[in-house]
Amino acid sequence: MRYLPHTEEEIASMLRVVGTEDLDGLFSPVPPDCKMGTALDLPDALTEWELGAFMNGLAATMATSPAYKIFMGGGSYEHYIPESVSYLLGRSEFSTAYTPYQPEISQGTLQAIYEYQTLTARLLGMEVANASMYDGASALAEALLMAIRITKRKRVALSPLIHPHYRAVVRTYLGPGGHELVELPSLENGRTDISGLAGMDDLAAVAIQSPNFFGCIENLKAAGEAIHEAGALFIASFTEPLAYGLFKNPGCQGADIVCGEGQSLGIPRSFGGPGLGMFTCRMKHVRNMPGRLVGKTADRDGRAGFVLTLATREQHIRREKANSNICTNNSLCALASAMYLASVGGTGIRDLASLNYDKTEYLKRGLRGVGCTVPFDSSTFNEFVVEFPKGFKDTYSRLLEKRIVAGIILGNWYPELPNHSLLCVTETTTKEDMDELIREVGS
Amino acid sequence: MKEIEELFLPDDVHYAESHEWARDEEETVVVGVNDYAQDQLGDIVFVELPEIGDTFEKGEEFGTLESVKAVSEIYMPVAGKIVATNEALSEEPELVNQEPYNSGWMIEIEPDDPDEINTLMTSSEYMEMLKGAE
Repeated sequence: MRYLPHTEEEIASMLRVVGTEDLDGLFSPVPPDCKMGTALDLPDALTEWELGAFMNGLAATMATSPAYKIFMGGGSYEHYIPESVSYLLGRSEFSTAYTPYQPEISQGTLQAIYEYQTLTARLLGMEVANASMYDGASALAEALLMAIRITKRKRVALSPLIHPHYRAVVRTYLGPGGHELVELPSLENGRTDISGLAGMDDLAAVAIQSPNFFGCIENLKAAGEAIHEAGALFIASFTEPLAYGLFKNPGCQGADIVCGEGQSLGIPRSFGGPGLGMFTCRMKHVRNMPGRLVGKTADRDGRAGFVLTLATREQHIRREKANSNICTNNSLCALASAMYLASVGGTGIRDLASLNYDKTEYLKRGLRGVGCTVPFDSSTFNEFVVEFPKGFKDTYSRLLEKRIVAGIILGNWYPELPNHSLLCVTETTTKEDMDELIREVGS
Repeated sequence: MKEIEELFLPDDVHYAESHEWARDEEETVVVGVNDYAQDQLGDIVFVELPEIGDTFEKGEEFGTLESVKAVSEIYMPVAGKIVATNEALSEEPELVNQEPYNSGWMIEIEPDDPDEINTLMTSSEYMEMLKGAE
């Protein structure tokens, strides 16, 4: 959309229509004490060159990779993005990737979304995927609302090891609707304690993240059985879908809805956004699924084609009874992840996940060797919790001075873990970087 | 769509304002949507029905009808418990269009009050209501 400011003549003619002489007259109903009497105190405009230099200076003050060795994950992961993804995504055909308002005329866009849905459903082991949602957090909140619609129950239970930001978004989404949120306890091994589920009635859903916020792999199969025993739907959430290249996906372990963040799959971290909400469910629940859905069909001559389908769930038809007020998708990010998955391929995902796992285990072993404690003994993927041997804050600060960001400080979210850090390793982390961290922690 | 005079509104069922019909079957009441409702909705592609054993008040929503152009809720004409649902509709929702009073039935209710069905409209009263709404 072009931005064309109004001319003096246009402003004057509009003011004549509303019956006032100047802009001050137009704004006269605004109380004087709500107006700023003086001009905005802004510096002079910079030239393009000056602005470039200013921004470069600003960037130099930040702890960015590769100048810093950054061992932070926590829902946003540094993965290598193949050049094929950047190239394909830059093609003009995809520059307006938004699901179009006359969708069927854009067969290429619909086919690309359909491919994304297919790859997503296969990765997560589920029967149907939607065209994507905003991010992992909103996808989880939508999944809980979906379960409430299906079961007609009002109470949901969350694992305390779901990303704290996701739980905050869920509270924002569900709180005002009169739904009851229960937070489950956690176990010594870094997994969710599901033993109390049997005593809870009126449960619509239980949500568990795996790998969870501590990087630990949950026993989804056992959790699913306990959740179904309680008559609730089993929602599996994730922040790191690459894990399913190595570990069993939630779909084959009984999950009814699987949703999470797809940033790992070809999308840059970009200070935390935009993300990709991946959302899948069992086919029997498809009519309660939120979001757009592309289907494959045949035209009257029998030729294959793609359509937006089951749109009667959506806001523009169903109005206030719509499944969700999200009538869009994060198409460009969804396409990036489809391109990523297609570029890496089935065996590539497995190899990549193994590489991530092996490197993480290397760092874990090295840190243990210099006196760190790894408090949870469950299997982990990419991330793990470590307790530094002495004076956590001093160690952290000292490492920062040496340009090493030693993970995410957990005490802010989990006060019971005051000297603990959540470390992250991916295929982009080099052995040299890990050795340096181990050496510095041990010194 | 049909003119009001063209509608088939048999005399052996009772009619609710929300366009359901209810047939007295001695112990139970069988419910569907009438010819006017199916005609207004167009080709029905999905019928969502309650679970057997569910109980509802009169006027409470018990399911949804989805056509190619709209989704509508369907409401209980009398209060009671669901004792049967028409499973054929999951595979053949078009039965609602083809035979709304026979194979297109939706639920069978054990009514809380066997006399409540008599508070609904007769065929001619329902026809008058439709004419008033036109």
